[in-house]
Formats: sequence, structure tokens, C-alpha cells
Amino acid sequence: MTARIGVVTFPGSLDDRDTQRAIRLAGAEPVALWHKDKDLKQVDAVVLPGGFSYGDYLRAGAISRFSPVMETVIEQAKAGLPVLGICNGFQVLTEAHLLPGGMLGNDHLHFICKDQKLRVENAGTLWTSDYEQGQEISIPLKNMDGRYVADQYTLDKLEAEGRVAFRYLVRGEAADGYGNPNGSLNDIAGITNEAGNVVGLMPHPEHAVEPLIGSGRTDGLPFFTSILKKLVNA
Amino acid sequence: MSRTPLDTVEHAAATPDVELPWAELGLKKDEYERVVEILGRRPTGAELAMYSVMWSEHCSYKSSKVHLRQFGEKAPQSDALLVGIGENAGVVDVGQGYAVTFKVESHNHPSYVEPYQGAATGVGGIVRDIIAMGARPVAVVDPLRFGAPDHPDTKRVLPGVVAGIGGYGNCLGLPNIGGEVVFDACYQGNPLVNAGAIGVMRHEDIHLAKASGAGNKVILYGARTGGDGIGGASILASETFDDAKPSKRPAVQVGDPFQEKLLIECTLEAFAEKLVVGIQDLGAAGLSCATSELASNGSGGMRVTLDDVPLRDSTLSPEEILMSESQERMCAVVEPAKVDRFLEICEKWDVIATVIGEVTDGDRLEIYWHGGKIVDVDPRTVAHEGPVYERPYARPSWQDELQADDANKLPRPGTSEELKDQVLKLVASPNQASKKWITSQYDHFVQGNTVLAQPEDSGMIRIDEETGLGVAIATDGNGRYAKLDPYAGAQLALSEAYRNVATTGAKPLAVSDCLNFGSPEDPAVMWQFAEAIRGLADACQQLGTPVTGGNVSLYNQTGEVAIHPTPVVAVLGVIDDVARRTPVAFQEEGQLLYLLGDTREEFGGSAWSQVVHDHLGGLPPKVDLERERLLAEILISASRDGMIDSAHDLSDGGLIQAVVESALLGGKGARLVVPDGLDAFTLLFSESAGRAVVAVPRSEELRFNDMCGARGLPVTRIGVVDGDSVELQGEFALSLEELRTAHEETIPALLA
Repeated sequence: MTARIGVVTFPGSLDDRDTQRAIRLAGAEPVALWHKDKDLKQVDAVVLPGGFSYGDYLRAGAISRFSPVMETVIEQAKAGLPVLGICNGFQVLTEAHLLPGGMLGNDHLHFICKDQKLRVENAGTLWTSDYEQGQEISIPLKNMDGRYVADQYTLDKLEAEGRVAFRYLVRGEAADGYGNPNGSLNDIAGITNEAGNVVGLMPHPEHAVEPLIGSGRTDGLPFFTSILKKLVNA
Repeated sequence: MSRTPLDTVEHAAATPDVELPWAELGLKKDEYERVVEILGRRPTGAELAMYSVMWSEHCSYKSSKVHLRQFGEKAPQSDALLVGIGENAGVVDVGQGYAVTFKVESHNHPSYVEPYQGAATGVGGIVRDIIAMGARPVAVVDPLRFGAPDHPDTKRVLPGVVAGIGGYGNCLGLPNIGGEVVFDACYQGNPLVNAGAIGVMRHEDIHLAKASGAGNKVILYGARTGGDGIGGASILASETFDDAKPSKRPAVQVGDPFQEKLLIECTLEAFAEKLVVGIQDLGAAGLSCATSELASNGSGGMRVTLDDVPLRDSTLSPEEILMSESQERMCAVVEPAKVDRFLEICEKWDVIATVIGEVTDGDRLEIYWHGGKIVDVDPRTVAHEGPVYERPYARPSWQDELQADDANKLPRPGTSEELKDQVLKLVASPNQASKKWITSQYDHFVQGNTVLAQPEDSGMIRIDEETGLGVAIATDGNGRYAKLDPYAGAQLALSEAYRNVATTGAKPLAVSDCLNFGSPEDPAVMWQFAEAIRGLADACQQLGTPVTGGNVSLYNQTGEVAIHPTPVVAVLGVIDDVARRTPVAFQEEGQLLYLLGDTREEFGGSAWSQVVHDHLGGLPPKVDLERERLLAEILISASRDGMIDSAHDLSDGGLIQAVVESALLGGKGARLVVPDGLDAFTLLFSESAGRAVVAVPRSEELRFNDMCGARGLPVTRIGVVDGDSVELQGEFALSLEELRTAHEETIPALLA
């Protein structure tokens, strides 16, 4: 029996079907979850996908965080349910206070879509264990509000506890995907909670799972194989 | 308009002498008289509103209709065409039970007035056309043209347009996979913002815009109706701009992409449950258009209660409600037994849906307001029987002089150093420079099916994960060529888009076009228009690619000065397995570079003549459609059989532009030699049509040459993929770093 991984569709979610495909390609069973439904259908893990839920009106993720489904997600995440937030999903996780800090508009004020070089800074979470610690990967990034910010205390704490999961690689040619793409503090691309079951990041691993499609790389697949192995071997 | 007492049909009949503001609404005197003749009385205010918007140039195609007929009359026999011109968008059979719908439209005038919203709602409108056919939208493309790159207003218009396209399209979850960005001073006051979209469905899911079955309910769903965009089609898109008139900002609509995303999902869910008999989106002319088109395409009449339309502004008059172009609205015709389920789906997606009327067994479109009948018309007279003009046209007096000003006689580079400088200048020129600053503001990954996106020759989308079936689309147009010869210019636009699709390995199937021209009231412009259509229709016939639909945008001129005639052509192609696609980027060092086709001294309208001499004159490159067909067959076969690893079509900028792009994208240089019979300058800069450059692995060299030889396609070895510079032996070498700086820094320097 394989793992069942839920993907929440909020109104305005865009990468929900793409995330389901990535889960399927990794060998797990994707389960569609609906934002108005508190029932998580007994899934083993949940992904909050990218998009512009509620049009990003008010503030990215601010309205979705109050969707009925999030009540259950928040409650169960605190009890250890693995949750991954990608892009808009990451924004929802910070709004829900499952992860600290928040996202502001990109420092250059434009939407940015590119292949982005990242370093895996914490290969010890439930979602990153199939990576090597320090591994450099390339994953598509696309957002308007991707600038990670937090107060100094929180940043220090994240760094001290090794909870920065992914960092933008800044040394190298911009044409090759290097650089801090949005002004994120400490070049932070993604973080984890203390327990390592909740991870959020701005880049899109679900768009790097097939050699032919999108970026033409499969650097994003280990997200989904990591969690699958944890769940199946659990 | 007078609203006391309510201007009902009865009231209109009883008060024949009331003066109506037909001229302010854009109708000519004889057009108004025709309305009176049709109705046998003066129109009510509401009827006048409907006729005025539906008979506008934008909605009625009154100046272009007589020419556009050629697309039907000369349409080639094609088994692929499932739905042709006249519906919201054409539909093409791409095999394996799939159908693809695609179309290109213009949103030029609104985008000049308010760049962000103008461009955003352009995307919204074309996407609703695609949904209205029953398809899930899968990609968008945006052919754009702006004024001089260093003009201050370009810095207002371009970033706004790009942000609007991104802001709307990204939020809908549609990958932006292609298009063009062209600068020319002729577009200064008239930027061209064309928007294209592709949708995919199964054959059995095709839906049409018609209201059939008496008793069926008419449901308006989506956004509430507000006061935005009133008269957008009649005023904005159908007249030239005139500084003396007050600001037209209120006539531009405001978009809400979030609402449109919900509209997509709830419409597709309703289609999946077979709840919809007929459907129409609300775009230009809003409810006037949707009700009259649905009713006139169906079997009966329609009765609508305007009081039931959900409003954003309760003070709107019935005339305004009928003319409003509020975005993100659709109209569906649903059987009574299925209405509840339809409304339930809308509720699930938080989309407002309201029954506003029903299909009747009569033949009239009747609209009620506060209990009174304010519209009683034959819907066909509104939607389809508008005025038709045979506008006078004449070859402009300056055409001969322009063609006599031969670009082939311009001074050419005399030394290797000069040649090298001109290469650098060309690849750094705004039109030839990398557009990454623009395209990186568009999401091209979403939906997870993008195989190729700009700057590839065509955008390519996988439509079946199991079989790898995919479609490709390319849009092209060259206003400079068309200015020199509109007949040839239109054919060259088709040739290039056709070639671009084939270069990526896909078989060209069908065409959509967006015809951007100046004022039809100018005989010279009308001649350009007539010639371009004749050229395009003839070429489509010869290449076997029918025109499935499109759009005409006239009045793109400021005062007496019209834009270059700019027919933009989109070609849709199909590829059996996207794994076989051919990219632009050089893949491996050591691969052999071959030039396919004939290279002649053809510099009229070329990028070289523009960049080096700021010149436009002479004749555009010669059109050879049979050669295009042969080249396409070779490129498709070579892709299918794995004989080439990269390919790039040659068009503006010629061979050197293509080689530099392939080198920079692949991060691998090239060593070139001038083949016998050509000089270095002509090799690098000529824009002869019907050509491509391909990289062939050494193991495939023999097989590839044999294939070209057997089919009679000229093939010339011109070099090898190698090193970290682009070198022309005996002339110059430019490092990739130097080329990258030149090619990639121009646009950010101008706009960022």
C-alpha cells in the first residue's frame, strides 16, 4: 500500500493538478481536498499548492488561512501531520503561523519566472530526506510576493536551529539561475518548523519532476519521494 | 437618454419625433435610418444602445467583411477543421479524439489608454472565447508592438502592458508560451496588444453559441454588471484618437483574474456534467452581443428580464446595462431540469449566477425592464445584418517610390572589423535583443505541460501524458515587410509562423489571424488591408492551412499617420510525441551546422537595414510557399527520425541572429565558414525566406544529406558547434560573454 497525499484546492489555486501529477509520478496516491471541506479524507500528508488563492487579495494567503480545511490542517500539523507549502502554500503556512515570518512583494516589483539555483540546507525534514545535505539543485521559481522577511530574533533562531531548509544560491551567473531573486532576507527560499514535518518554500518542486517538461530537470522529485519513503516505511 | 417616462417599445411607437443621440453613440445618419427602417418605428433608447454597439466597426466588421469572405471562399480542404470562422473560436482536430481551439484577438486601443487593464482584459477576453467553445484553456501567447524603444511614452505603455498580461494570465494559471515584442516608431500612439489563447477538449465536448429549445433558461453568471467599459467597442476600438476629446479612461474595462479563474473552473465543471445547451462569453458589447448572438444563432427567440441582472451599481440605466463591458461574465442556455444543478456548481465556486430569461418559440429578442418591453427586435438584424461597406481603396501614391528605394544598394560593411561591429549592433538592437526581461514576468511552467516556451521558435504544450501528443503555436508578423508590399508581407507572416511550427517538429494545421491596420476611411490603408487579406487567403489555400477565425483591428492611427500594415498570423501545429521536439539551443559540441534553403541578396525591410541605416525601402524577401512546405516536411521528418538535435528558423536578423541565439541558449559557440557562391555579408544578414539552420550529429550526417538531396532541398554545410565564441572564419570571432552582454542588457537598460 502506498501513501495517500492530499492536495488542497483553494479558489484561485493553480498548481493543484500539477502537484497531484508530481505525487503520482513519485509513486504515491494524490487525493484532492476541497477548501470548504474540513475532512482531510484520512490522508497521510498534505500539500498546499501554488497559485493566487482568493486572488491574493488583502494579502497572499491571508484569506485562505481561514478556510475550513485549514482548521483541520493546522490542528493536525501541530500533531505531526506532514505538510508542505509551495509558493502560495508557503504564504498560507506563514499566515496560519505554522511557520514563522512572512512574504512581501519582490524587491524589484515584478513577477518573476525563472529556473532558480538553491542549496538544500536541511536534508533532515520529512520532505527533504532524499536530498544530500548541501546539495545544489535547480527548481522553477515564479511569484510576485516572494520576499521572505522575519524579525532579527526569528532569523537568528531559524539559523541557529538549522531551520532554513533552502537557500538561494547567489554566487554565479544570473543567466544560469543564480542570485537572490526577490530580496529575501538571508537568501532564504524555504524553512521548516522545529519538528521537521511542516516545510514551506517559494520555488516549485512540482514543476521539476519530468525531464521533458518545464525546466527539463527532475530536481524537484525528491520532495515527493522523501515523504513517500517516510510514510511507507513508518 | 431620457428615462421619464420609460422608453418602451409602445412609447417609441407613440413618439416618433423624439430625437435620439445616435451620432454620439457612433452611428452614421444612414445607419440610424436603416435601424428605423428595420423596426418600422424609431428605436427605443435600449434598442439604439444595442444597435450602436453591435453595428460598430469592432463588432460588425462592416469595413472588413467584404474582404474577409476570401478566407471562406479560398479555404483549403482540410479534414482537421471541426469548427470554422464565425464561432467564438475555430476548432481543429489534432487526433486521438482531441480537439484544439485557438484564436488571436486585439486589445490595442484600451492598452494605449490604460496599459495594465487594457492588456489584462485582453487576456481575459480571449480566454473566455476559448472556454465558450467547451475547452480548457492551456496556454496563452502575446504578440506585442510598441513605439520607439527610447520614447518616454514607451516606458509608460510597455511595462504596464507586460505587467497586465502577467498579472492576469499568471493569476489564471495559464502558461505564456510565445508571442513577439517589436518596436517601431509607427506604433508610438497605437501600440498593438494582441492576445492569443489555446484550449483543449475532447471532440464530443465542443459547445456552440446558440440558444435552442423553447423554455430553456438563459443564465448570466460571473461578475456583477457595472458601469465600466460602456461603449468600449463602439467608441474606443472604432475611432481614431483625437486629443481634443475628453479622457476616455472610463471606457476601459477593469479586470479581476480571480473571478475569471473561478469562471473557468465552474464552466468546465458544468460542461463535464453536460448541463449546457449553448454558451456565449460577454466581451465587446456585453449583454447586447451575448443575447442577440445566442438568439440569432438558435432556433427560436429569447425573452430577457433586465431587472434580474445582478448589478454593481444600482443606478445603471437599462441602456447602460445592455452596453456595459464589465469583465468576467458568461451567458449559458440550460434546460429547465438542469438549472438547479448548474446553479449549485456556480455556488460551489462562489460564482454569482442568475436566470435572466428564457428561449421562446418566437423569433424576436424581447427585453423587459420594470415591467415594460424596452427591446423588441429580430436578433439577426442586430448581430448579423449590420451595415456592410465597400470602402474605396487605392494603391498609395508613395508605394512605387518606397519600393524603388532599394535596400540592396545601401552601403555594406567594407572590413572585417565593420562586419563584426554590425553583428554586435544587430544582436543588441531592441528588436533583436533578448526579451527575457519581459517574458520572465510571465509564468510559463504552470499546468506542468510546457515543452517549449519563448524564446523557442514555437511554444509547445503536451496534451496527453500517456501518448505524448502535443500542439505547437507560433505567431509572427512583420509590419516593415507588409509596408513594402502588403500582399507579400501577409504571406511572409504566414510563412514564418508556419516555418516556426515546423522547426520545432510539429505539423502546421490551421491559422488564426489578427489584422492590425489604420483607418479604413483612408483608401491607401484600405488597399493595404485588401492586399494583405488577398495575400493571406491565397497563401493559406496553397499551404493547406485554413483560417479558423481571428480579429480585425482598424483605426490604429493617430491623425493622418497610420501604423505599418501589421497582419499577425498564428499557426497551430500538432506533434505526435513531444519527446521528439527540436529546441533552438545548440546541444553538443562537434555537431555540424547546415543551412537549409536558398540565400539571396534580400535586404528590403531587413533588420540590418533598420539597425545600421534606419532605412525602410525596396521589396521584402521573395515568397516561395512550395519551398516553405518542403522545408517544413524536412524539418518534421528530421525531428521524428532523430536526425537533428537543434534547429532555428531564419527570419529577421538573418543567419547570424539565429546562430547567436542558438549559441547563447545552449551555452556553446559556433565556427562558421562562408560557403562557395556567397559573401560573408549576405550569408550573415540576408533575410531570404524558406530557410532554417540545423545542428546534425555526425552519425546522422549522411542520412540527413541524403534525405534533403532526395527531396530537392538545397542544403549547405556552414560550420560546426564548437568553443565559447561565434566565429566567422577569416573575418571575426565574438565571445559568448560579449554576445550575451550585447544581447541581454539592451531591454533592461531601456525599461528597468
